[in-house]
Amino acid sequence: MAKDVAILGVGMHPWGKWGKNFVEYGIKACQDALKDAGVAWKDIQFISGADTVRCGYPGYVAGATFAQALGWSGARVASSYAACASGATAMNTARAQILAGFCDVALVVGADTTPKGFLAPTAGERRDDPDWLRFRLLGATNPTYFAFYARRRMDLYGATDRDFAKVKVKNSKHGLHNPNARYRKEVTEDEVLASPMVSDPLRLLEICATSDGGAAVVLSSMEYARKRTTKPITIAAISTVTPKYPNTIIEMPNFATDSAAVASAPEVAFRDSIAGAAYEEAGVGPEDVSLAEVYDLSSALELDWYENIGLCTPGDAERLLNDGATTLGGRVPVNPSGGLSCFGEAVPAQAIAQVCELVWQLRGQANGRQVQNAKVGITVNQGLFGHGSSVIVRR
Amino acid sequence: MGKTQVPAIEGWFTTEAQARLLGSRCKKCRSYFFPKEALFCRNPGCAGTEFEEVPLSRTGKVWSFTTNHYQPPAPYVSPDPFVPYTVAAVELAQEQMVVLGQVAAGVDPKSLRVGMNVELVLETLYQDDKAEYLVWKWKPVNG
Ligand SMILES: [Zn+2]
Repeated sequence: MAKDVAILGVGMHPWGKWGKNFVEYGIKACQDALKDAGVAWKDIQFISGADTVRCGYPGYVAGATFAQALGWSGARVASSYAACASGATAMNTARAQILAGFCDVALVVGADTTPKGFLAPTAGERRDDPDWLRFRLLGATNPTYFAFYARRRMDLYGATDRDFAKVKVKNSKHGLHNPNARYRKEVTEDEVLASPMVSDPLRLLEICATSDGGAAVVLSSMEYARKRTTKPITIAAISTVTPKYPNTIIEMPNFATDSAAVASAPEVAFRDSIAGAAYEEAGVGPEDVSLAEVYDLSSALELDWYENIGLCTPGDAERLLNDGATTLGGRVPVNPSGGLSCFGEAVPAQAIAQVCELVWQLRGQANGRQVQNAKVGITVNQGLFGHGSSVIVRR
Repeated sequence: MGKTQVPAIEGWFTTEAQARLLGSRCKKCRSYFFPKEALFCRNPGCAGTEFEEVPLSRTGKVWSFTTNHYQPPAPYVSPDPFVPYTVAAVELAQEQMVVLGQVAAGVDPKSLRVGMNVELVLETLYQDDKAEYLVWKWKPVNG
């Protein structure tokens, strides 16, 4: 408990393609989070921005960009880039400031705009950039990597197209009443299976879209929180681990895995280690978890995460799904928000948005998608180039 | 006469008949790297800074594969009209490393299986007015 920080407030800008500047999305999320926390912007001592890299200069200095938009207040500032894990890294930066006693209350924000279609590498001839080269030499889009994992599930565990489709069906139902979700439409298995093939075996409705969006949280010390509420929601752990060498599962944007010929593969693979570090820090285990928000870049990838966060043993995710355990009303609902399936991806906002959902769930404010009596929630996410991200929240 | 054939990227593979990918190996701990590592050994238990170039195994087993049905963004150079293409992740036994590559033209993706033996071939990835640009691809052995 000594390492807990409180989440006093949360806020979001709805996901979608709104055609605005990313600052607008972030400011709306900040204003909502501040209001929810009952804290004035001028009282925020530290602002932690999650960077976006596709919006030019201000995106790289997100913390100060949002601070200027909210009105220069003299607050301390940081900006973090960790691809999809940027939000968790920004939260961790704020948490460390609070735990170190450098500040009492901090605002964390991430927001993004995305182009239509595939996420593409930065323009120009960039022959020393692996992200550029994977497109040039291989045509290895992001869904290419998601499809590798999906195909492996089929081969190793007998997963079927229908199993993958069921994940999408579940999440589409979960997101129906979420006011921040971009897609609020129920889909059937047959609709999923009839959607165009993108990267075999993954279909259009099984791959997360790119979206605009923003999310923010107000964090504080426990002492600061207790002056305002008797039952603060707390962050019990934030994991930002990197892989251990040799990382033997192929990952974006790499051409190859590390070789295990000399140094043998670590006992715990990277994706397992992300949640593992969070559980260890929080002193809880998968059996304590009431719900999870996992990074469903594809429907099949959600099944991998069930195993990576310890909800079941490897190969058992399809059974867990088909038994209804991960559906609202089941033992451990996964992606009650609707997940990326309903939101799409707004890179620096994503990991923060996952935490917002946990807070609404733990407070009993998730109207239309409430997990009954939720006590402990976990998020998990993975940022390009080896950024782990997992947050454990409890009440 | 065909156009000049040049590698789409310099120094990543040989262009002889039995083409090989070129990796590097740490002189100290003997770890393999692809693409080549030339500065610092990435094995955290090793402080090696000297590397030798090594050809990698030219055969391996399919770890996974996928066929992309949508045209990817640049810098992929797409034929017009776009043609779906297959990418495979292939496990090299000796190096204990998985290496990606497109699958050779004309291979029916339906004939691919995880665990299948494949070998390295060179094919044209794209061309312009000046040259054909070669890249390595994976092809089923005897396929
Ligand atoms: Zn070495």
